Amino acid sequence: MRAQIIQSNPAPFNPKPIDPVTLEVIENALRNARVEMDATLVRTAMSPGIREQGDAFPLIADHQGRMIVGQFGSYIGPFLDGYDGTIEDGDMIMLSDPYSVGGAISHSNDWLVLLPVFKDGRLIAYTSMFGHQSDIGGMVAGSMPIHATSIFQEGVRIPPVKIYKRGEYNSDLINLIMTQVRTPDWCKADLNALIASCRVAARRVVEMAERFGDDVFVAATDELLQRNYRAMKQLIETSVGAEPVSFEDYICDDGMGFGPYKIKCTMWRDGEKVVLDFAGTDPQSPASVNFFLNENMLKMFFGIYMIMVFDPRILFNDGFYDLIDVRIPKGSLLKPEFPAALSGRTHALGRIFDVLGALLGQKTPEFLNAAGFSSSPHLFYSGTDKRGKYFQLFQIGFGGIPGRPLGDGPDGHSLWPGFTNVPNEFLERYFPMVIERYETAADSGGPGLHRGGNGIHMTYRFLEAGQIAIHDDRWFVPPWGVNGGQPGARARKILEKADGSQTIVGNKQEDIAVDAGDQLHFITWGGGGWGDPLERDPALVEKEVRQGLVTVEGARAYGVVIAGGIVDAEATQALRDALRRERPDTLPTFDYGPDIETLRANCLAETGLPAPRQRLWTATALAAE
Amino acid sequence: MAYRLGVDVGGTFTDLLLLEEESGAFWRHKTPSTPADSSIGILNGVESICAQAGITPSAIEVFLHGTTVATNAILEGKGSRVGLIVTEGHRQIMQIARSFVPGGLAGWIVWPKPEPLAALEDTFEIKGRMDAFGNELRPIDDADIRAALEKVKARGVEALTVSLMNSYINGAHEQRVAELAAEILPEVPLSLSHIVLPEMQEYERTLTTVANAAVRPVVGRYVRNLRAKLRDAGMAGRISLLRSDGGLMSSEASEEHPVALLMSGPAGGVTGALWVGKNAGIRNILTLDVGGTSTDVALIENLEARRVRTTEVGSLSVRASALDVKTVGAGGGSIAYVPELTRALRVGPQSAGAVPGPVAYGKGGKLPTVTDANVVLGYLPEALLGGTFKLDKPAAEKAVQTIADALGIGLYEAARGIIDIVNENMFGALRMISVQQGYDPRDFALMGFGGAGPLHVNAVARLMGSWPAVSPVSPGVLCALGDATTQMRSETARSFSRRFSETDEAEVRAILDEMAAQTRDALIADGVPEAELTSLFEIDVRYEGQAFEVPLAIDAETLARDGLAGITARFDAEHKRLFTFNMESAHELVNLRAVALGKPLELEAAELAVGNGDPIAAKLRDHQLWIDGALRPAVIYDRAKLRQGDRIPGPAIVTEMDSTTLIEADCSGIVDRVGNILITPTNA
Repeated sequence: MRAQIIQSNPAPFNPKPIDPVTLEVIENALRNARVEMDATLVRTAMSPGIREQGDAFPLIADHQGRMIVGQFGSYIGPFLDGYDGTIEDGDMIMLSDPYSVGGAISHSNDWLVLLPVFKDGRLIAYTSMFGHQSDIGGMVAGSMPIHATSIFQEGVRIPPVKIYKRGEYNSDLINLIMTQVRTPDWCKADLNALIASCRVAARRVVEMAERFGDDVFVAATDELLQRNYRAMKQLIETSVGAEPVSFEDYICDDGMGFGPYKIKCTMWRDGEKVVLDFAGTDPQSPASVNFFLNENMLKMFFGIYMIMVFDPRILFNDGFYDLIDVRIPKGSLLKPEFPAALSGRTHALGRIFDVLGALLGQKTPEFLNAAGFSSSPHLFYSGTDKRGKYFQLFQIGFGGIPGRPLGDGPDGHSLWPGFTNVPNEFLERYFPMVIERYETAADSGGPGLHRGGNGIHMTYRFLEAGQIAIHDDRWFVPPWGVNGGQPGARARKILEKADGSQTIVGNKQEDIAVDAGDQLHFITWGGGGWGDPLERDPALVEKEVRQGLVTVEGARAYGVVIAGGIVDAEATQALRDALRRERPDTLPTFDYGPDIETLRANCLAETGLPAPRQRLWTATALAAE
Repeated sequence: MAYRLGVDVGGTFTDLLLLEEESGAFWRHKTPSTPADSSIGILNGVESICAQAGITPSAIEVFLHGTTVATNAILEGKGSRVGLIVTEGHRQIMQIARSFVPGGLAGWIVWPKPEPLAALEDTFEIKGRMDAFGNELRPIDDADIRAALEKVKARGVEALTVSLMNSYINGAHEQRVAELAAEILPEVPLSLSHIVLPEMQEYERTLTTVANAAVRPVVGRYVRNLRAKLRDAGMAGRISLLRSDGGLMSSEASEEHPVALLMSGPAGGVTGALWVGKNAGIRNILTLDVGGTSTDVALIENLEARRVRTTEVGSLSVRASALDVKTVGAGGGSIAYVPELTRALRVGPQSAGAVPGPVAYGKGGKLPTVTDANVVLGYLPEALLGGTFKLDKPAAEKAVQTIADALGIGLYEAARGIIDIVNENMFGALRMISVQQGYDPRDFALMGFGGAGPLHVNAVARLMGSWPAVSPVSPGVLCALGDATTQMRSETARSFSRRFSETDEAEVRAILDEMAAQTRDALIADGVPEAELTSLFEIDVRYEGQAFEVPLAIDAETLARDGLAGITARFDAEHKRLFTFNMESAHELVNLRAVALGKPLELEAAELAVGNGDPIAAKLRDHQLWIDGALRPAVIYDRAKLRQGDRIPGPAIVTEMDSTTLIEADCSGIVDRVGNILITPTNA
């Protein structure tokens, strides 16, 4: 550890055995403190990305920097290892440079505030929160330039700096940062909100330590970590095999015409440890779709997926980290080398969840979910209105939730925790646009006994000329189905001029000029299906046709014939028989749809877009670039 | 003599409280609820309580009623089938909702998505569009509307709702649909979103309007049936229902606007606490209403309960004013368990409910609950005073022993652990409404009521530092008391969404005056004399761009005197209190609301006879309870025999018909002038 922690009280903590009741009480109190962090943030933040959509994540860690409450695992360890400075009472640290924390925040848009919590001269905990800023300067509005080839083009990059140094606020520093961004009002408010959230949690931690005693509090955090370790150890033993299993999936392209990029992970148990090895993942991209995946973050994701099923009320923490060994090849898409561009990491980030789910479910298909986490679609729209006022919208969209063992995937819902859509009336009031359509795309959910959720078809009519940028994925490689379920439909984007003429636009494309009156059809992917679609109740299919979620034509994928709005039982039976005859007796666990070469061959005809070209990874090819 | 009758229908019992308005004398009664038709239980109760008081139902001038009928219709999916007309391109508004999935990162895997309140197949689109400023972008088309209405009609819906984009700012299109609906579906009740909730945010507005439509027939039937039965029994007086915001509305108005009743049940407890607080001279109160499956908490500051703009019912968040009541799944029936994986002690949110209930009730419950832990520890004596059944202590011990074994600790330690954890859960809910809102709980008293509130109030007060812990008079029927003592209320709200620099006082006042007239007319129509009316205004303010508004209450004179500048100054102060900072951003005036209030009941609680400070006359027997790590001698008292000024040293138990108060070892309780027990640490 390079960071130097300065404590005026050198007495070490003296943790004592703790009774289960006190432990539970402290666990609850920590959980409540985290809820308070979220509540404080949402109330005071201003950018729609944080305040309406909830793109921000809290954390409370113990005095060694291990996460006790939070979602993404602790980045404090890597930070302390890399930070060449002091940590003192009254300090508050801010950073946004992914390379300074081993990728624990994965693009510079996320601003992170870290507050070491001191009590009576001793460091007793850390509280921290990061949130996605609407703009941090750089090449394009929204600061996620698809064409960036280095992180220097992606806006202001903040190394770990002290915004408060021993209690003193560094306003010069904040002014310097705010000068770099297009939306200083939002950024200031959002930063204030992050600070307020960390302070709230710090107060709670100190109150807890006062109530129970410092040693008991420290003992409790130790025990919570231990408890997690024990629970995960047992889970790993029972649900991960020693035989390696592999899974591959792809992100479709890099926005520069190349793709797809393969993500491969192999999992096996080695003694009490699980190894997650990403060998076989494609090399890093010269564009911005790299995802600097922090090992701890992946451990956390893995643990959450494991524990969810068994005791969903458990507080996820870092306690089990020693049980997981993550190996990511250097220079790969998931561990790119500085100064690779990182802003478009959302696609690979989402795809990691598809891959993890597939890996864990291979041994127990009854727990397997289909694909559809996949990405986090973004739309940017900026310009200057008739009154000369600059506007900038950053909106996060949603696809369909995959078919699940539990049932159908919800249509057009968020896979990210805490995210919501922005009310369309809000958009229309504060941005020059009319939302002509906000529906789910019929038939986009993959057919299955449990249907995949439909993606969303949202139509924006722009009222002012400006520029738009689109970030989405799953437009080329479909979200797979499982246990007989079929893939979901792929994403599409169509720009429609006032005269009705339509152009297909790319799913990773920026600086698209729009005129007042233009409409953008922003259509996201559907979730993959789960289970055999021919087993789905025809009455349910009929109902969904009536609801407009499935079309009459789409119903045929379930072997259901709808005539005059109702099921034709006889024709349905005949169709189901025919479909069963045509297919193999045993349905594959995974249905990926056509292979990559077939997808490439049909790409233009099916998607209206040229197929992405394969990047050549040989040394000569790299040298040639 | 004039009598008021408050009636609160709970899952297990129907509580009644009869007040004589001049003397303040009151009678209380509990009778089993009759869920199939609540009016039967109510009428049974009315008969009994009238007999107790020696009156006939005709002497009751006002019948005041808190009901969960609307809530249950939503929670149990028993609302009416609602047809919905929406703007073209927005048919799936209820299907997509806010795209929100509860739970953590993998929460979507286990989330059962609830069915929309208006079915998608009963939802139809029409052409025509308003923009966000109320201008018509595209006209509506009568033929197109007629066609949509015919389709809805063919679906056989029981109620119809119209919710069009941006109608909150211009409802003309919805109005035209209403005219045509009156021709095509004359018999189907109709709700228009711009009337029910003229506020921005299409999903919330639509949901609220649909929820209103869905519960209207149910509530209508309920109210008409009850009214008819009360009239048959000879009660000719006024019938009012308790709104979620703690005010009363006439039973006729509630038939029109039942969405205002969704939190009627919990609101009764809070209004009851207000009345108790007024009489006891306690102005800042945190309420702790502990029931069988859940606990409701609320904050009262300076005898005003905090209100919020949303009512949470199950998974739905409906836009209707409500008292800021937070609910946690922690109650007497909450089940304790130890998951194998983590060996942690968990309590709730699963509950044994009324059936099978706690093990000690002997109704078939097998799993250890909070009530069982209270029995094991001796906090709930085996034979309840006036209770018809005896608690089965050995069975409770056996059940709690399973927890003790799983944790490797003693029986009493396990029982106390269960109590500590459930208290901690209540503490968590109380923090959300106090500390998290910028209030210091040490400035508040904690009032525990409902069947089990007085059992937990002492321990939770200790966690909060909120003294005294109050066990109010008649804690078991406090909701009915609240129903009986609150005032009439009518409210209307409107989106405004403008910067302060884009409007002026005259404009704001003109709108507020118009809204005030509307609410006053509503109460006058309900029979409130005009002379008794007061009007209040509320203005929601935020920094432009924030998602969170601060509601500021204001009256006409203050507005005239301090102007809009006074409002921004108050907002800055409030924002600083809540979040510790202010910003330079422009202020935005988000919503305007007007409230009309009837006259509050000026009624003193009856005074208790003065005692000599020694509660010995009320002593029932000696007892033992496990507290602070050991079994200790304690005394059980009969609450009915306590006198003003009696000082009860802890540990002690005070029992009455429907509730038990626990005073812990190092605390003592003082009986105040009107019979409330105020518990404070003995050595403080």
